[in-house]
Amino acid sequence: MADILGAEVDEEGFLVNLKDWTKEIAVEMAKGDDIDLADENADLFHERWDVLNLLRDYFEEYQIAPAVRVLTKAVGKKLGKDKGSSKYLYTLFPYGPGKQGCKFAGLPKPTGCI
Amino acid sequence: MAAKEFDIPVLPTYLEIPEIKEGIMEGDGPFKSSEQFQNPLGFPGEKVDNWQEVAIEKMGELKSKYRSVQVFLDSCVKCGACTDKCHYFLGSSDPKNMPVARQDLFRSVYRRHFTFAGKYFPKLVGAKELDDEMLDDWYNYFHQCSQCRRCSVFCPYGIDTAEISMAAREVLDAVGVGQKYCNQILGKAITIGNNLGLPEPALRDTLLDLEEEIEEETGIAVKYPLDVKGAEILLITPSADFFAEPHIDGLIGYGKVFHEDGVSWTMSSYASEGANFGMFIGSYDIMRKAALRIRKAALDLEVSRVMVGECGHAWRVAYSFWNTLTGVGAGATDEFGLKLQNQLDSRYPQPQHIIEYTHDLIQRGKLKFDKSVNDDRNVTFHDSCNVARATNMGGIPNGQFILPREVIKAVCNNYVDMERSTIKESTFCCGGGGGLLTDDLMEIRIKGAMPRMQALKEVEKTDGVNTLVAICAICKSQFSKVLPKFDFDPYMIVSAHQLVSEAIIMEKPQTDDSVTQEAEEVTE
Repeated sequence: MADILGAEVDEEGFLVNLKDWTKEIAVEMAKGDDIDLADENADLFHERWDVLNLLRDYFEEYQIAPAVRVLTKAVGKKLGKDKGSSKYLYTLFPYGPGKQGCKFAGLPKPTGCI
Repeated sequence: MAAKEFDIPVLPTYLEIPEIKEGIMEGDGPFKSSEQFQNPLGFPGEKVDNWQEVAIEKMGELKSKYRSVQVFLDSCVKCGACTDKCHYFLGSSDPKNMPVARQDLFRSVYRRHFTFAGKYFPKLVGAKELDDEMLDDWYNYFHQCSQCRRCSVFCPYGIDTAEISMAAREVLDAVGVGQKYCNQILGKAITIGNNLGLPEPALRDTLLDLEEEIEEETGIAVKYPLDVKGAEILLITPSADFFAEPHIDGLIGYGKVFHEDGVSWTMSSYASEGANFGMFIGSYDIMRKAALRIRKAALDLEVSRVMVGECGHAWRVAYSFWNTLTGVGAGATDEFGLKLQNQLDSRYPQPQHIIEYTHDLIQRGKLKFDKSVNDDRNVTFHDSCNVARATNMGGIPNGQFILPREVIKAVCNNYVDMERSTIKESTFCCGGGGGLLTDDLMEIRIKGAMPRMQALKEVEKTDGVNTLVAICAICKSQFSKVLPKFDFDPYMIVSAHQLVSEAIIMEKPQTDDSVTQEAEEVTE
């Protein structure tokens, strides 16, 4: 199996052991998708990290990623109402807040008819 | 995630039979399931040493257990009527995606081992050994079939490729070669109660959030009750309705309709899934396991009606199989099935589809709409394969085509159908059904969507269609992903009940929920 900075990841690039997550791993994963999570002055740096932290906080409480509507609402509260939409989240994570966002945040990939 | 490069099909003005490109969809198939996901379902964790022996034995078992499979394997006369009917063939040009060729992967092995001619004169009758190469072909090409059954409509013998594809997947699981997407999901469905693995606290929180949102928006306290004992209706809906867009706007619609009717209803945290992937992998046992959670929830919550939300194959499982699987409907013989049959109110269809319910309320004048709010929409309807070809609604011939269209037309003014040969019983699959809705199958999903996209493009040109309605969670997710590949707006796909939700005039204040208030909350 492949690894990122020594942490095992599955065939889709998600962490196998969620406890392995570090900020450095997130940065490394994002680099593979052409997203800069390391440089504070990079475009959308703070917004992206705000969303990743929201994902991690929610996961810690409920052991699952938040539903899209729950996430957009939380993002709207944190970053301003105009940003509480899935369209905006797609600008942060073009492959989808659910899948790409969860991957960087070290959450398991959401499964189902989604 | 190094995906293979491939060309996105160009949409033609007319669908034509493509020039064959042999081997274009060859490959390793979707990600394979590991021990972690195989074992909980009772399948070997990896390809077993004596896999050929196990596979042939399993084929023998299936041919005896399911008479239909044997009839389908024996009766094909190679007339060719099915060859150009599969969306995956039309979109990919790979001849192994012709339904007859797909069937023949399985049929040739069946002939070799289970027919006289195949045992003694294999070459004369196209009988083949099940070797590694054949098994790889099975895995690859039986995961390029969405079990949509369009080909069976055109087969003069009614051969159902879906059943052969289910049988092949069952054999694959038996030898330890399972698909990650389906089997990982099934593990969650039979332990946690839904495909997402959404536990009760998260579900409760999500529903509360939704209630808050609707009240903010409309000023009306529409409720999304969970685990309410003694409610009249138990709603079984795909978990995508809680989680994803555009699905959740459909769920908002269901809630508003229940609210306007004033009926008491509930969902169950134990059985919080309508989808049943047991059907996709061909396993009756696992399909039953998932369905029995619904029976337990219905018995525990003492409901008198069971209703199904917008989910295509869920409605097939519910309409066609729940009776003997669980006792919803008629035909159960075991103690709990009989108990449930006595408990359910025989004055209503059991199970009932949410479309049937809303349609009935509309017929009886119980719902009021302002259709003009949907005037910016030019709407068309995508018949989902499982609803169209395996179920009915309303107890009238073709009701499964009539009722959804009548509901849509009751809430918006501009409706047009797509080309006749691509809808109703001839509907094209969205391209993501049957356990194919996973990123690792994106190439076949996009190519397989081509015929549906072609028909959609035509009504976009002729009638300015800008809204596509579906009543299936898989269709909705699949379209969200593939629409932009064909230059459509990904947000044009909506639930039928989203249109209902937008047009409905909410009149009643929340005063008639005494039943709900009296009912006690089930605490675990």
